[in-house]
Amino acid sequence: MGRLAEVASEQSSEKCKTFVFMDEGYTLGNSLVAVITQNPDVEFCACFVNHPAEGNIYVRIQAKTGKAIDILRKGLQDLDKICDHTLETFNNAYEQFKTSKDMCVDST
Amino acid sequence: MEGNRKSRVILEEYSIPNASEYTQQDWNLLNFKKEFKIQVVRESEDERELEFDLIGYPVGFANAFRRILLSEVPTMAIEKVYIVNNTSVIQDEVLAHRLGLIPLRADPRLFEYPSNKDEDEISDQDSLRYELKVSCTWNPQAPKDSRRTNDIYRNSNVYSKDIKWVPIGHQEELYPRGAEQLGVLEKDILICKMRPGQEIHLFMHAVKGIGKDHAKFSPVATASYRLLPDIQLIKSVRGEMADRLKNCFSVGVIEVIETKPGDLDSREARVKNPRYDSCSRNVFQHEDLKGCVQLSRIQNHIIFTIESVGTLPSSVLFVEAVKILKGKCKTFLEELENIGK
Repeated sequence: MGRLAEVASEQSSEKCKTFVFMDEGYTLGNSLVAVITQNPDVEFCACFVNHPAEGNIYVRIQAKTGKAIDILRKGLQDLDKICDHTLETFNNAYEQFKTSKDMCVDST
Repeated sequence: MEGNRKSRVILEEYSIPNASEYTQQDWNLLNFKKEFKIQVVRESEDERELEFDLIGYPVGFANAFRRILLSEVPTMAIEKVYIVNNTSVIQDEVLAHRLGLIPLRADPRLFEYPSNKDEDEISDQDSLRYELKVSCTWNPQAPKDSRRTNDIYRNSNVYSKDIKWVPIGHQEELYPRGAEQLGVLEKDILICKMRPGQEIHLFMHAVKGIGKDHAKFSPVATASYRLLPDIQLIKSVRGEMADRLKNCFSVGVIEVIETKPGDLDSREARVKNPRYDSCSRNVFQHEDLKGCVQLSRIQNHIIFTIESVGTLPSSVLFVEAVKILKGKCKTFLEELENIGK
């Protein structure tokens, strides 16, 4: 049983879909929505929790053009890239901070 | 002023006049590599406290990192307590709860998540075993007149340093310096007080877990973020007013300078360093001062602070948190492939 599913309903089509992320919360939901809304092909994207005891998050995607599933895939890939970039910049910044601190200690 | 107004949240006495502007996200997927910057500002000597700036990041990402730090970065903590003997005044269940909250030095990255939580069998890959055996006695060499508990009793205070690591399986060969590497983090946590004749003997099993399951697994004392405050003086503030203005803000935010040396009346207030202002808005209590300053916050400049419990340095924790978010993306990208078929 996978952790990702689609909600079957009459409002569902290729363009408009609601995805269920099992055992996830607003941590992933909110940042994913922030990325997906930046996609120019997206008409509407939001996340919600159906019931707090359920522990699942629902992400609704409505596309202007293209498939909702492709937009979700691109969103996840973009968030992945942002994480990579964050790791790289943080490690650089931290190294830089460490070396500048060592230099201060040496000179005093 | 008008030019950079967009990136600021202006805080007036009763309102935020540009609230609708600042909720708009002005970033896009093409330029984030250029715009998302990080600057490390401060780190404590023991590497437990770290303060850095996330510049250009939307607040949602900062919040995701904060939430992951609190509840999804794993640590080791005592999960099961097997009590052989407990004649102290603390009940078994309360004692077990106290033991669970003691931070351990063990690096969670060296261990696996427990495979089956309900079984008593443990493996050297996912569990650590500890023993606590203390009994309180009278001190035969006690000074005659002393009434201090430390003098007349032995082991009347049970501290976390009394918890001893017991190797299981191959752990003795794997961790030759195990006693320091896997022991308790703080030596002086008071677990319980005893009187002569009372005894505690118990075994503990520690496992890897996350803060979502129980707060004892959370690796941070706190992780928080706030927007960089900005204070601008619209009119010059002189003399006695300058001193009052200085007192309205946190220490070091406003400085009073004598424009003509030696002349007390020429004192003028200047903004020195708005970064550490508490944004208390005390200035609005003074009718004559509130028109002289504009309080705002810079929308794209997030000050992120992490206080680690101490098992891992804060810088490592942040990297772990980002990796966890990345891991979530990876898992769901794989899941997506299954749906697509």
